[in-house]
Amino acid sequence: MLGYILRRTLYAIPILVGINLLTFALFFLVNTPDDMARMQLGMKRVTPEAIAKWKAERGYDRPLLWNAPAAGMKKFTDTIFFDKSVKLFALDFGRAEDNRDIFNEIRTRMGPSLALAVPVFLVGLMVNITFALGVAFFRATYLDFWGVILCVAMMSISSLFFIIGGQYLISKLWHLVPISGYVGGVDAAKFLVLPVLIGVIGAFGSSTRFYRTLFLEEMGKDYVRTARAKGLAESVVMFRHVLKNALIPILTGVVVVIPTLFLGSLITESFFGIPGLGSYTIDAIQAQDFAVVRSMVFIGSVLYIVGLLLTDISYTLVDPRVRLA
Amino acid sequence: MPVLLATDVLVWLLVLSVAAFAWYSRRRAHLAAPWARVFRSRTAVASAVVLACYILVGLLDSLHYRPALAARDAGAPVAYSVEARSLLDLGLAPLRERFEKTYSAPLATRLYQREQVELPDGRTARDFPRLRHGGAHLGAEADWGEDVALRALAGLVAAFALWSVVLLCARRTLVRRWPNVPWGAAAAALGAILALAGPVAMLAGGFHVLGTNQVGQDVLYQALKSIRTSLVIGTVTTLVLLPLGIVAGIAAGYFRGWVDDVIQYLYTTLNSIPGVLLIAAFVLMLQVFLDNHGDWFPTTAQRADMRLLGLCAILGLTSWTGLARLLRGEALKLSELEYIQAAHAFGVSHARILARHILPNVAHIVIISLVLDFSALVLAEAVLSYVGVGVDPSTTSFGTMINAARLEMAREPMVWWSLAAAFVFMFALVLAANLFADAVRDGFDPRVRV
Repeated sequence: MLGYILRRTLYAIPILVGINLLTFALFFLVNTPDDMARMQLGMKRVTPEAIAKWKAERGYDRPLLWNAPAAGMKKFTDTIFFDKSVKLFALDFGRAEDNRDIFNEIRTRMGPSLALAVPVFLVGLMVNITFALGVAFFRATYLDFWGVILCVAMMSISSLFFIIGGQYLISKLWHLVPISGYVGGVDAAKFLVLPVLIGVIGAFGSSTRFYRTLFLEEMGKDYVRTARAKGLAESVVMFRHVLKNALIPILTGVVVVIPTLFLGSLITESFFGIPGLGSYTIDAIQAQDFAVVRSMVFIGSVLYIVGLLLTDISYTLVDPRVRLA
Repeated sequence: MPVLLATDVLVWLLVLSVAAFAWYSRRRAHLAAPWARVFRSRTAVASAVVLACYILVGLLDSLHYRPALAARDAGAPVAYSVEARSLLDLGLAPLRERFEKTYSAPLATRLYQREQVELPDGRTARDFPRLRHGGAHLGAEADWGEDVALRALAGLVAAFALWSVVLLCARRTLVRRWPNVPWGAAAAALGAILALAGPVAMLAGGFHVLGTNQVGQDVLYQALKSIRTSLVIGTVTTLVLLPLGIVAGIAAGYFRGWVDDVIQYLYTTLNSIPGVLLIAAFVLMLQVFLDNHGDWFPTTAQRADMRLLGLCAILGLTSWTGLARLLRGEALKLSELEYIQAAHAFGVSHARILARHILPNVAHIVIISLVLDFSALVLAEAVLSYVGVGVDPSTTSFGTMINAARLEMAREPMVWWSLAAAFVFMFALVLAANLFADAVRDGFDPRVRV
């Protein structure tokens, strides 16, 4: 087991290197730092001195990959590539446009992100599985038919509408919870109820339909027929046999997203003014703060790879048929 | 003077290739049979009718030209406007040209904001002024109810007449040709669309049916223009996605070894970056690039179009991994089968095996995932535009409409019609696409064949 985990972790390294190279190419080769400076400073009437100053402030005035005039190791380390890309591995993200340390910012914003994402994840999982199991139980009846129609209809509504509609109805019309904002501690609950609710509703359609297919697939298998032939009640078949076995693909499917919960949800956070990583990213994108976007891409990928690793491990834990090779 | 926007060319290329594919598969039973199964489902037929209406609007909006300016003196060379218009603009000229000052509610005759108006006796007061165009044909505003009812009724009658004519023509041709298709569903869908479109068209002659937005533009016109953007994003993206996904997926599954390793590495790497962030990074760079090369594009429409095309390419580049993974698995499975082994034993070349044996046998996966992707892409456009990495702000799209509506919701009294229009048009499109995709999956997936 330990050897397997170690091997998978080592396998993640080339992927991280690849991501690093890709982001470097994207941010520094497609457009030169001069282009970025011109964009940030405004297109017209920008002097070469202003560009040089902008680049010097952010450390973009060095060569990209190879600093020939420097001495010794400096040839490699005193470059944009080393400073901006290699240092990401050491979680040194540098500073944002407002001169704040990105790593610190990420650390303080993780809390609100998790406070929103974890309830959405747990409540959503429970609601979706329950509903999907119910629909599968009443398969081939009107209840099933309309349940699926409901799912497809909800899948067809953009999550933006759920957010705007929910904010209008619950906050503006009925004044039940504040429209947006956030405070720390227990009081956060009143700010989080609505975003959590909307997050659950927004993902309801597609997940429920997917789980229903999983349940139905499982119900067509031979062991289910055997269980019925033994004379077991349908509810026993559903809960003791089908649910247990269908949980394997469901659980392994959701494990991969657990680490990415740290990233928060981009849209919901920014709509509700929750100071998490999601709104941080959106603000950075809108302000064209390349350093922050670069850091978030890197962190997101690391978390996703951790998720993949956890998925592989969880397979072996829940499904005894899977053996580690 | 006709203008060729890059996306126009690609859209029409797609139309041509779809038509060619339809012609090709018409006489080949193994290709035609799944489609026959698809069109035996009532929901598929009804949603196909809805999609066809959207596509018609989108295609009309994909033929651009630059109108000639009125010559100042005879004999002068004809000058062309810098603004590119489409055939749809030509048809909707009244909607496009009738600007109000600012917001006005659907079917309203007065502006949504109070302004200083001059009363007949010379004094001024703050009141809601009459609209320049909406309801301007009415003599007295008391006639409003009667006029609206009459127009709606006339629209309904015209729609019914058109519907009957279409039905009569279809009975002679389509129904006789394909008797197995549930034409009742198609007729019902068409009837519903006409029953909505008829009154709307009639009312649009004198009112702003869906109101106007902040700069006084007709919301109905905006919604209709947004359709093309959605369709382009949903379809042109596949032009990038398909070749990448098919080549990478099949090559990985068929050749295995180091090819498989390299391709798997590539798509795991791309897949590891959270989707929105990757797209955002790409689009930010595209933005910098376009801003620094503004002189490449003679008109703003061409620049916005290049941004749209770039967005499609980026979406394609970041989303081919799913298809590649599916195809890799399938190709792995297929290459073990006896008939492929036999082909190897006969000394058939790799290229021929791929073209004759592997590709036709994964075609159903390609078609299913294409149709499933469409609605996801349409929804993604709205979110991306909200984040600020979507289409150019000057391009009308559902995303930009929703984005603008966010501020309108906070106004008091609230401006709801832009959001409602975007919601209705988008919901109908995505729902139809989802239902159609379901039917396509049921028709093509060999596992569900009964």
